[in-house]
Amino acid sequence: MTDIVAQAQASERAIAQAEKPEALEQARLDALGKKGWLSAALKELGGLEPEARKQRAAQLNEIKDRLSGALDAKRGALEDAAINARLAAEKQDMTLPLLDGAENLGRIHPIGQVIDEITEIFAAMGFTIAEGPDIEDDFHNFTALNIPPAHPARQMQDTFYLPPREDGEQMVLRTHTSPVQIRTMRSAQPPHRIVVPGRTYRSDYDMTHTPMFHQIEGLVIDRNIHMGHLKGVLVEFCKAFFETDKVKMRFRPSYFPFTEPSAEVDINCSREGGVLRVGEGDDWLEILGSGMVHRKVLEHCGVDPNEWQGFAWGMGIDRIAMLKYGIPDLRAFFDADLRWLKHYGFVPLDIPTLGQGVAR
Amino acid sequence: MKFTLSWLKSHLETDASLDAICAKLTAIGLEVEGVTDPAAIFKPFRVAHVLKADPHPNADKLRVCLVDTGEGEPLQVVCGAPNARAGMKGVFAPVGSTVPGIDLTLKAATIRGVASNGMLCSEREMGLSDEHNGIIDLPADAPLGAPFASVMGLDDPVIEIKLTPNRGDCLGVRGIARDLAAAGIGSLKPLTVVATTGMYDSPIKVRRDFPADAQDACALFVGRLIRGVKNGPSPAWLQRRLKSIGLRPISALVDVTNFFTYDLGRPLHVFDAAKVKGDIVARLARPGEKLLALDGREYTLDETMTVIADDNGPEGIGGVMGGEHSGCSEATTDVFVECAWFDPVRTAQTGRKLGIHSDARHRFERGVDPAFLHDGMELATRMILELCGGSASIVEVAGDEPDWSRRVAYRPSRLLGLVGFDLPVARQAELLRALGFGVSEADERLQIDVPSWRPDIDGEADIVEEVARLAGFDLIPATPLPVDRAVPLPAVNAAQRRARLARRGLAARGLVEAVTYSFIRRADAALFGGGKDDLQLVNPISADLDAMRPSILPGLLQAAKRNMDRGFGDVALFELGPQYADQTPEGQSLVASGIRRGMSGPRHWREKPRNVDAYDAKADAIAALAAAGAPVENLMVMDGAPDWYHPGRSGTLRLGPKVVLAHFGELHPRVLKTMDARGPLVGFEVFLDRIPAARAKSGRAKPALKLVEYPAVERDFAFLVDAGLAVDSLLKAVRGAEKALIARVSVFDVFAGNNIEPGKKSVAISVRLEPQDRTLTDAEIEAVGKKVVDAAAKACGAVLRA
Repeated sequence: MTDIVAQAQASERAIAQAEKPEALEQARLDALGKKGWLSAALKELGGLEPEARKQRAAQLNEIKDRLSGALDAKRGALEDAAINARLAAEKQDMTLPLLDGAENLGRIHPIGQVIDEITEIFAAMGFTIAEGPDIEDDFHNFTALNIPPAHPARQMQDTFYLPPREDGEQMVLRTHTSPVQIRTMRSAQPPHRIVVPGRTYRSDYDMTHTPMFHQIEGLVIDRNIHMGHLKGVLVEFCKAFFETDKVKMRFRPSYFPFTEPSAEVDINCSREGGVLRVGEGDDWLEILGSGMVHRKVLEHCGVDPNEWQGFAWGMGIDRIAMLKYGIPDLRAFFDADLRWLKHYGFVPLDIPTLGQGVAR
Repeated sequence: MKFTLSWLKSHLETDASLDAICAKLTAIGLEVEGVTDPAAIFKPFRVAHVLKADPHPNADKLRVCLVDTGEGEPLQVVCGAPNARAGMKGVFAPVGSTVPGIDLTLKAATIRGVASNGMLCSEREMGLSDEHNGIIDLPADAPLGAPFASVMGLDDPVIEIKLTPNRGDCLGVRGIARDLAAAGIGSLKPLTVVATTGMYDSPIKVRRDFPADAQDACALFVGRLIRGVKNGPSPAWLQRRLKSIGLRPISALVDVTNFFTYDLGRPLHVFDAAKVKGDIVARLARPGEKLLALDGREYTLDETMTVIADDNGPEGIGGVMGGEHSGCSEATTDVFVECAWFDPVRTAQTGRKLGIHSDARHRFERGVDPAFLHDGMELATRMILELCGGSASIVEVAGDEPDWSRRVAYRPSRLLGLVGFDLPVARQAELLRALGFGVSEADERLQIDVPSWRPDIDGEADIVEEVARLAGFDLIPATPLPVDRAVPLPAVNAAQRRARLARRGLAARGLVEAVTYSFIRRADAALFGGGKDDLQLVNPISADLDAMRPSILPGLLQAAKRNMDRGFGDVALFELGPQYADQTPEGQSLVASGIRRGMSGPRHWREKPRNVDAYDAKADAIAALAAAGAPVENLMVMDGAPDWYHPGRSGTLRLGPKVVLAHFGELHPRVLKTMDARGPLVGFEVFLDRIPAARAKSGRAKPALKLVEYPAVERDFAFLVDAGLAVDSLLKAVRGAEKALIARVSVFDVFAGNNIEPGKKSVAISVRLEPQDRTLTDAEIEAVGKKVVDAAAKACGAVLRA
């Protein structure tokens, strides 16, 4: 009897002292294995009297349960220790810097971004986008727009010319997006409601002029459209584009050969501290030229001016991009300086929509 | 157009403030560009009384003055002027003021041991003239402490307006006054013309000699001789008026012509009659005729230009500039005055050809009042007689007043119809009459007679604009556009949508969008298939920007070079824009193009950068096409990239053998050398216009997806093939070996050298089998493997490596 108790105590000691899974397994085999002392003791039960056998069996089972429990607990503790040791060994320095993902490296040029913003806003007012060629003929760029042959705008110092063709026609780089008005009206019946973003060209170079720049033309032709609608459209546009309900707008009488009456449009701004802020203050800043489409222009397009009328405007995309995003020099737009593009450009996933706001 | 407030008020009776006048000018379309108050820089300077002027104890030429400035205690001022004396009135500049003529801010000083608090100023110090022999000696009655500017008459604000080219009538101060009066700022003063009766027939006669098709070149010529004049400096008021707007007074006779040019928009010319030989003839120039003009330059004339000539030849270029030879000088005693009307278009063309921008040209090309020649002559005569004396001849006239009369039938309802606000008919008529229009009622309409000075008015819309601008464009309401559907249709078409998607797709690959000029250097264009004569600009802004670009790549290459020069050697740029094959609209195409230069990224502990290569460009091109919605799964990669690419490291992406959607590859080393750019440099060009339109579908529904439960199997094969084999053909053969089972074939290793026999390469591929209706048995997998090996051997001579 004492033999069993002593052996159980020895086994318990061996389990408690095991530091590795192998030692623990040895302790298990010594006690509970086929050749272990407990298994041997159990085999001896058959030789005992029934009463003594019952008593002896209970004692052995109690020892077996105790040892099994101790083994499980010790095994768990050893596994925990092992995994903790592994985790400690696997530690990495999470402060190491990583590379930017491509989606954060790429940029959309401010012109592309602003065209997308403008498109969103005019789409909501039922406009569609129209386009036309950069190399235009005299008819579309000048004549159809009621710009007579001797008009200063046709002269060399403003307009880029290509060599005359064999038929005598001399093509120009379009000086405005207005020829697309003509192309639109000559290719489809009214009503029309379009905006035309695109490249335009004039022979000029300084802080605010580059030989290539971008305009967005607007044209609405319908019955009973008047300058009030022009003002309505532009007010809504400026509110949405500059993200302020405070923007004030001023129409000033002006002159363009292709509109009558004509107006230049100013928005209010402040120039306090040399910083230009749109929609604040009492200063005015010209942003576009506009007017009611001249009846001669409609006639050139085969549109009956007694039935149809409407308005057009032309606005500098680069210019309003400069205003909105505080970009100082127009020339830098076309220099492809990576530092400039990274700074003033937009990440590709910043897609302007009216639903989430046209700008971030 | 510049004028001063007092000049304006010589035509306009008004109490309105300068601010109110300027606001109204802008509101009626005469945009104020700037107002300069010449008094502003003189603000600190006031009339002072010199109480004492004692000798300086330590300097012979200096005086110590006691100056009463009109404020506070008299100040001690050390002054070096010889005319400084007790009792005089002078101009005092206090400590802290900036003296404009010498741009010096005064401080309290000690001059040779004597304190000096301010300065008594000379004309030069005030910036008025070069006079520096003494300080300004004001009249004794100049009020003590009064602003110096008002005492000197220097406080007349100068207003500059930007005129639109249709408003030639406002190139005279009187026209501006008329517009303001009509808009409710005061009333227009009457202009009194008193004719001078000629005392004798002019010995110089006037003729017009034009061919039938150029009769309007100089439709009317009015001239007059004034004998016995004395030409000299013009009076102070006239000099001041001219100086106030930046004109230089010359002599009374010349100043009179300049005055009327600006006062009434009526250019005149004066000839020294002694230098005129024979009669005066207005005619077209003879080719090659020369004239030394008043600007001191000699001009060679041609047969499209109008000249005023005498027996000596041209004496002036009609409407543009007079000649030096017959110009007036101080010695002139007999003057012949010209008041003529020149055709706007011809004048503009002449001026442009000769490069002369004169005040006369500026007005004639915008239209000078054709009914104001006789009055203009009489007003000029009167002023010349007043200033220079003499006696006037009977007026010489050649030609007739051009017919300027125009009548517009105007429906007053068009005001509401065009600008969206209305005014009573009577009010509209009142505004028009105030501008000089004749208004009479006829039926539903108004008959509007356009005044002679408004050649820009020729239709109802013009009348609407006149009424609306005087009433104020602020009255235009902001009216919402009519809406025909609450949620509008898309604004962009399929092509525009493709372009927008390609732009975002390329940027999402880390490329930075650039916008470069559509014109580039011709030599660069030639390297990229362009540089042809028909796309050379006739008048480029610089020699570097003279050819329409045949490709976007050269512009991006130059941009890469600029960035490299700034120390940024790793460049990833793209541009989405036009390129040009010829002058036609069809010759312009929309291209997404990009370049990568240098390393794939910065040196980094985790991702080792490598040189960019043609495969990067290929990936960019495919990404752009995929983003744009092209069927990239059907793309064929073929040779045939144009010769600005490395022939062995470039390719084309095609749909079928003919439709080239993109070029990509390493740029040709010769191109880089010619453009002085260093590689590695790769690029691509994606032709967005060539992407076929998506097939019209009946709906947006995607095809049904069949998900099967049977396990997929992957098997690897390593083949030995000829080194020159296009791996694509191997993949195609393998895919075709068992189409029903092979879902994907990928290449996971390609290498040559080492233990591979020369002329061969090893290509390792992984084949994924996805059975649709059963789990594959080992035998079946084995059978597919054999088919793969057989197909590879048959199509490419590939041998399975042991």
